Amino acid sequence: MDEIYGVFAQESRENLTEMEAGLLRMEQGDHDAETINAIFRAAHTIKGGSGVVELHHVEKFTHTLENLLDKLRNGEIEVSSDLITALLKGCDHLNALLVLVEAGNLEPDPVLDEAGVGVAEMLKTFVGGSGSSSDAPKSQKLTETPGGEVHRDGTNVATGDCWHISVRFHEHVLTMGMDPLAFLRYLLNLGEIAHMATVADKMPPADEMNPEACYLGFEISLRSHATKEAIEDVFKFCRDDCDLHILPPNSKLEDYLHLIESLPEESLRLGEILVRSGALTKEELDEGLRRQNAASRLSVGTDIPAPQLGEILVDKKMVQPEIVEAAAAKQKQVAEKKTAEARLIRVQADKLDQLIDLVGELVIAGASANLLAQKSGQGTLVEATSVLSRLVENIRDSALQLRMVQIGETFNKFNRVVRDVSKELGKDIDLIISGAETELDKSVVEKIGDPLMHLVRNALDHGIEPAEVRAANGKPVKGRVELNAFHDSGSIVIEVVDDGGGLKADKIQAKAIEKGIIQPGQTLSEQEIVNLIFEAGFSTMEKVSNLSGRGVGMDVVRRNIQALRGQVDVKTEVGVGSRFVIRLPLTLAIIDGFLTSVGDYSYVIPLDSVVECLELRDDATRGHMLNLRGEVLPFIRLREFFDVEGAPPTRENVVVISAAGRKAGIVVDQLLGEFQTVIKPLGSLFKHLRGIGGSTILGSGEVALILDVQALTQLASQTEERRHPIAHGAPALEAR
Amino acid sequence: MSQLVKAPNSAAAAKTGGNTGGGDTHQYLTFTLGSEMFAVGILNVKEIIEYGNLTEIPMMPAFIRGVINLRGAVVPVVDLAARFGGKISDVQRRTCIVIVEVTQEDAKHDIGIMVDAVSEVLEIQSGEIEPPPSFGARIRADFIAGMGKVGGKFVIILQIDRVLSVDEMALLADVTQANPETLAAA
Repeated sequence: MDEIYGVFAQESRENLTEMEAGLLRMEQGDHDAETINAIFRAAHTIKGGSGVVELHHVEKFTHTLENLLDKLRNGEIEVSSDLITALLKGCDHLNALLVLVEAGNLEPDPVLDEAGVGVAEMLKTFVGGSGSSSDAPKSQKLTETPGGEVHRDGTNVATGDCWHISVRFHEHVLTMGMDPLAFLRYLLNLGEIAHMATVADKMPPADEMNPEACYLGFEISLRSHATKEAIEDVFKFCRDDCDLHILPPNSKLEDYLHLIESLPEESLRLGEILVRSGALTKEELDEGLRRQNAASRLSVGTDIPAPQLGEILVDKKMVQPEIVEAAAAKQKQVAEKKTAEARLIRVQADKLDQLIDLVGELVIAGASANLLAQKSGQGTLVEATSVLSRLVENIRDSALQLRMVQIGETFNKFNRVVRDVSKELGKDIDLIISGAETELDKSVVEKIGDPLMHLVRNALDHGIEPAEVRAANGKPVKGRVELNAFHDSGSIVIEVVDDGGGLKADKIQAKAIEKGIIQPGQTLSEQEIVNLIFEAGFSTMEKVSNLSGRGVGMDVVRRNIQALRGQVDVKTEVGVGSRFVIRLPLTLAIIDGFLTSVGDYSYVIPLDSVVECLELRDDATRGHMLNLRGEVLPFIRLREFFDVEGAPPTRENVVVISAAGRKAGIVVDQLLGEFQTVIKPLGSLFKHLRGIGGSTILGSGEVALILDVQALTQLASQTEERRHPIAHGAPALEAR
Repeated sequence: MSQLVKAPNSAAAAKTGGNTGGGDTHQYLTFTLGSEMFAVGILNVKEIIEYGNLTEIPMMPAFIRGVINLRGAVVPVVDLAARFGGKISDVQRRTCIVIVEVTQEDAKHDIGIMVDAVSEVLEIQSGEIEPPPSFGARIRADFIAGMGKVGGKFVIILQIDRVLSVDEMALLADVTQANPETLAAA
C-alpha cells in the first residue's frame, strides 16, 4: 500500500477514536464546547486528509457527518441519545471505509457505499430537523435578539467563526509563475471555504486587457481553526505580489470597515460582498457606515478625532468584547494542542524492534566484558566496565520504554462497547476503568484486545442480571463493570470485574457433564469447576444471543491469553459477581533475574518473584514441604522436576518465591546472584512448554532458562494430583 | 554400472551450464546417521557447527536435545535419529549441528539438526531421483522427498519442512509435558 494512504488511515483512525470518545462523553452529559469542538476538529481533519489523498468517497461521507456536527456545535440541534447513536454509526461507517483503505482498496466498495448512503440519509434527517434556523445566516442572530443586545451562552463563541481573507493579486503574478488558483485550492487544506466572491473590478475593457496579467481579487470566508500565521503562510510565495488582508473570526465591525476603506474598490460594493459572504449583516453595515459618517461629520472643523467605530459598536452592544477574547483564547488552545502533537514522532515498529534486539545484544556483550574484567583482576578495568554496564542498563531501560504503551487506549474502546451492548440488552451498566496508565508492551496490548472484548461482553450479557432481578435482590439497579490493570510480581494483571449474578458451580458442573467435558462422579474443587468455563465447547446460556453464547468465547479467550504466555482465572461469588483475572508476563522485556544453577545448567528466576533464599536443611523438611518459621512451605526440587542428571550436592539451597499470592520454594544447587536477563523467546517449537518463560544468554555464551514460577507451581501441583488422585485436598500447592 | 559412469558426467555437464535432458541439477548436503546416508537441499542449510554448549530443555520429548546460542539467537536442536523413531544419538567426535532454515506458515525458523557426521555436497539431477517407497525406508514416508541415486547407492533426500514441522514437534512436546510418564518412553 502506498505509504500516504497508510499514514492517512492511521491518523484518521486516531481521529475517529477521539470522535467516539467525545461523543460518548457528550452523551453522558458533557456539553462542554471544547468537547464538541474536538469532535468537529477530528471529523474535519479526516475530511481534509481524505481530500488530500483524493479518497473522495471518504471525503463525501465525512462531509455529511461534519455538517451535522457543525449544526451541533452551533447549538442549532440538541444533543440526544438518538443523535449520538446516529453519529456513532457514522463513525463506524467511516471506520469500515478506513479498513478498506488500509487493505489497499482505494476504490469505493459498492456494498459499503450503499450502507454509507443509508447512514448519510439518517444523519441528514437530523440536519433537516433543525428547521429554518439552519438556513438563516448565523450573524443574523446577533441583531434579531431583542433590543439589539447580544446574548451568548459561552458555548457558541464559534458563531460567525469564519476568517475573512481579502486578497488582490498584482497584475504580474501570473508572469512570476504563480497560479492564484493554486493558493485558493491550498486554502482548502486549512478548512472549508464558506463563501468566496471574485472581485474583477480591475478588469479593463477587452481590447486593453493583457491575457498574461491577473486582474482578479478574492473575498473569501474561510471556516477554519488555523492560526493567522498558517493562513498567511498559504500566500507566502506570493506575499510580495498581492495585497493580503486577513481578519480573524468574530472581528469587530470596525475592522471590517477599515478593510473596506483600505481596499481600492468602492466601499459599498465591498460591503455588499461582505454581507453576502455572511461576515456582516446588512443592518450592521448600514449602522456602521451611518455612524461613521455622522461621527466624521461631527469632527469636521474641530480637532476631536472621530470616535472609533469599534467603540461605537461595543457601546451599542453590537459586538461583545468577550466574544473576541474568547475566540482568541480558543485559537491559542488549538495552537497549543498542535504543538503537543508535534512532539510525537512516528517510528516504524520494526525499527524499534531492531533497536531493542541490538540493546539486548549489548547487554549480553556487556555482561561478558564484565565477567572478563573481573577475572583479570585489574581494578581500573573493572571500574571502567562497571561504568559501562550502568550506562548500558540506562540505555536498556529507555529503549524498552519506547515500546511500552499505556493500556488506557485499549480500555477506552470499551466505553463504546458497554454503551452499545447495554443499550441492546436494555440494561443500565456503568464501566469503571482504573489503572489506565499501566504500561505494557505494544505487541501485548495489540493482542489483548480480543480476549478482553469477549470477557467484557460476557460480563455484560451473562454477568449483569436484568434490572428487575437486581432490584429484587436488593442490588443497585445500575450494573457495574470494572476494568483494572496493575503490575504484580513481574507480571501485568488485567481484571474484568462485574457485580452480576456470579457463576453457579452446580450449573456449570451439570453442563460440563452434559457436554462430556468431565465425567459424572468426578470430584472437583469449586475453583476447578468454575474454571471449566474455559474449556472448549462450553456455554451455559440457553439462549444463543448475537453477543455471546456460541460456546467459543471463553475457550478462545484462554487460548489467546496462553499464546501470550499469560493465564486467566476466574473468581466468583454467587449473587455478588465475578472477577476474571488475566495475568500476563512482560514478554520481550529485559527483566532482572536471580541466577541459580542445578548440575551443569543455569536457571534464572525473575527477581520480582523472589522473596528470600535459605539453605535446605534435612531436619526441617518432610516430603516436599519445609517449615519456614512456622509456615508450611511446599517446594519443588528442580533437579527431580527437570530430570537433571547427577547427584545433588551436600548443600542445597531454597529460593522462596511468591506467585499470585502463593509462596513456594524452589530447590537448586547453587545461588549465583542477581543477573540482568534479556528474555530470548524460545520460539514456536516450545510454545506449549509450561514452567519455562524463555531463555537468556549468559556472559559465558551459555543459554540459561528463565523459570515461569507461576506456571511451575501449578504444574507441580498438577503432577502431584496425578500421582495421588485420591489424596485430594492434601496440602498440594494449588490448595494454598 | 552404467549409473556409476553417468552420474559424474551429468554433474560435469550441469557445471558447464549444459542440460543433458535429465532435468535440473540441485545441490544437496549429505550426512550420516548411524549407517544411513541422508541428504537435504543445500538451500535450506545455513551453516554447520561443532556440537557443544547445548542447554537441555526439561519436559521435552527426547528428540529435542535442547537449545544453543547461535551468535545471540537461541536455536533449538533436534536429534534427527530420535526424530525418526530411533535411539538417541551419542555424541561422537564428528557429531555436528547443521543449522537449517525451514519456512512454515510464512515464518522462517532456524533449527539445528544433530547428525553423526557431515559428508559432502553432491549434485543430483532431478532425473536421478526416484519417488519415495511407500515403506521399507525405516522412516516415515512423508519425511522423504525422494531417493537420490548416487554412485549406485540410494541417498534419502529429506523433506526437511516435514521432518522439522514446528507445529507437529510442538504438539509432540505438549503431549510429553502433559504425560511426563511417557518421557522415558519417548
